[in-house]
Amino acid sequence: MKSAKGTVFKYGDNVDTDVIIPARYLNSSDPAELALHCMEDIDKEFVHRVKAGDIIVADKNFGCGSSREHAPIAIKAAGVSCVIAETFARIFYRNAINIGLPIIECPEASRGIEAGDEVEVDFDSGVIKNVTKGTQFQGQAFPEFMQKIIAAEGLVNYINQKK
Amino acid sequence: MGMTMTQKILAAHAGLEKVEAGQLIEADLDLVLGNDITSPVAIKEMEKMNVNGVFHKDKIALVPDHFVPNKDIKSAEHCKCVREFAYRNEITNYFEVGEMGIEHALLPEKGLTVAGDVIIGADSHTCTYGALGAFSTGVGSTDMAAGMATGKAWFKVPGAIKFNLVGKPAPWVSGKDIILHIIGMIGVDGALYKSMEFAGEGIRNLTMDDRFTIANMAIEAGGKNGIFPVDDAAVAYMKEHSQKEYTIYEADEDAVYDEEYTIDLGALRPTVAFPHLPENTKTVDEIEEDLRIDQVVIGSCTNGRLDDLRIAAKVLAGKHVAKGIRCIVIPATQAIYMQAMEEGLLKTFIEAGAVVSTPTCGPCLGGYMGILAEGERCVSTTNRNFVGRMGHVNSEIYLASPAVAAASAVAGKIACP
Repeated sequence: MKSAKGTVFKYGDNVDTDVIIPARYLNSSDPAELALHCMEDIDKEFVHRVKAGDIIVADKNFGCGSSREHAPIAIKAAGVSCVIAETFARIFYRNAINIGLPIIECPEASRGIEAGDEVEVDFDSGVIKNVTKGTQFQGQAFPEFMQKIIAAEGLVNYINQKK
Repeated sequence: MGMTMTQKILAAHAGLEKVEAGQLIEADLDLVLGNDITSPVAIKEMEKMNVNGVFHKDKIALVPDHFVPNKDIKSAEHCKCVREFAYRNEITNYFEVGEMGIEHALLPEKGLTVAGDVIIGADSHTCTYGALGAFSTGVGSTDMAAGMATGKAWFKVPGAIKFNLVGKPAPWVSGKDIILHIIGMIGVDGALYKSMEFAGEGIRNLTMDDRFTIANMAIEAGGKNGIFPVDDAAVAYMKEHSQKEYTIYEADEDAVYDEEYTIDLGALRPTVAFPHLPENTKTVDEIEEDLRIDQVVIGSCTNGRLDDLRIAAKVLAGKHVAKGIRCIVIPATQAIYMQAMEEGLLKTFIEAGAVVSTPTCGPCLGGYMGILAEGERCVSTTNRNFVGRMGHVNSEIYLASPAVAAASAVAGKIACP
C-alpha cells in the first residue's frame, strides 16, 4: 500500500489500548472478531460508521498502556488505512509497524484535521493532504530500517526475506 | 560523551563499543517472555516464519497468568495453544497453574532475570526487571515471535531521564507512592521512548519490592524501561534466587541525560491516582471529598509481593473491612502465597473479611475476579485506571499503595493508615 484516502475519525490525547480493544474481548485473537469491538469504550459508533480506507487522527500518546498487539490488529481489521497522531506510545508504534498498519507522527496534521475531513496520505513522501480544507502537512518519514519492514508488509515477511 | 546504564547494556548486547541515543541496533536477547493473551498471537506469527523451532529452549518463558485458571472456553483454548507450543518446543520455563504466578513477580523469584540482561516480553510491564539492573522492555506479539525464532530484537537506543532519589521515605510511604509521584510530575508521556534511570543514595532505603514496583510502572510514564543501579541489596536478591551469571553495568560519569530530577523521598506523602489516568495524582492530604468506595484490590504485578501483603496485613490486623466493601487480595506467586500463609497474613486477611485468590492478573485488566458495575469505585494497587479498565466504562479506579488500599477497605472510603 503506497497511499491512503478516507474519512477521518478524530480523537484526543492518550487513547489507550484498553479503549481501543477492551481486555474483556482478549479471550479471542481473531482479527475479524476483535474488529467488531474496536474503539468500543471510547466511541460506540465507530464500528457502525467506519468504512474501508478510513483514517484515525489523534493527539498525543496514541496507543498508550498495554502491549496488546490486538489493538493495531483490531484497527487494521476494522478497515482503517492509516493512523496519524501527534505522538504514539512506543509499544503501539512498534506493533503497528510489525503488523503492517501504516502510522505517521505529525503534530501539525493532528491539529489541522477535524472529524469528517477527507484526507489523503502518501506513505513514500509522508505528505498528508486535507482534501476538505485544502491544506497539506509533512509527516515524519520512517527510518530506512523501518521502511524495509513496512515494504515487506510486516516483520514476519521481513525476517523470511532475509533468510 | 559517556553512556547511560541502559545504553551500556544495549551496546554490549549489540557487539558494539559504543551506542548513542537514536541509533538503531540489533541486540541479542537473554530472555523472551509471553503470557496467555499475547503468546497465542506470537505462536501463530512464528509458525509463518521459515524457522525450525525456537532459538533457545531455556531462554523463553511462557507464563499463563492473565485469564487463568481459565475463565471461559476461549481463554482455555488460548492456554491450550500456549501449553502445546511449550511442550512441542520443550520450553524449560513454562509455568502451569499450581506453579505459576503473575509473570513479573514470578520471573525474578525464579532467578530468570538478572543484572545486565536484555529481556523482551509481550507484556507492557516487562520493564519490572530494571529493578535488578537489567534492560527489559515490553513489546508486542510479533516482536515476541521474532525474538523466540531468532534470539534477537531491533531497538532504537533510548535517550534518558535521570531521577536522583535522596533521603528516606516516611512510614506508610512506599515504592508505589514514589512512582505515582513521578508520573504525576512528568505525565503519562513524560518519558516517551526514553529510559528512566534511577540513581542516588536514597535507593538504599528502598526494598527490592519497592524497586520492582517503581520499575514496573515506568511504562505508565511512557518509558521504554526503568532501571536501577545494582547495589548490595540487588546482589543479595540475585544470589538468593538465581544461579545465572550477572553483569553489573554502571552509567558513565559523563552520561548524557535529556532531563534530571531530584526527588526527596522524605518529603513524599501517600499518593493516589484519580480516574482516568495514572498522572492524575493527589496526595492523601489533598483529598478533601469523602470518596465512598465499593471494592479494594490488593495485588498485581505492581503490588502483589510479600512486602505489599505484609503492609496490608499490618493495616488490616484486628480490624474489619467496612460493611458492603469487597476486598480482594491476590498474592502474586505461589511462593508468596505460601510465605504469606506461614506468616499468618492470609489468616489476617480472611479474619478482616477480605477474600484471598490464587495468583492471577484477573481484575487489573477487567478480565475476571472483581469486575466493576456501572458507577462503582475501586481503590486498587494495580497500575492503570483507564476508562473501563476494570469493568463498566462508567466505573472508577483509584490507584494507590497497599497501605492506602487496606486502610480504605476498613474506612469504606479513600483513607490513609
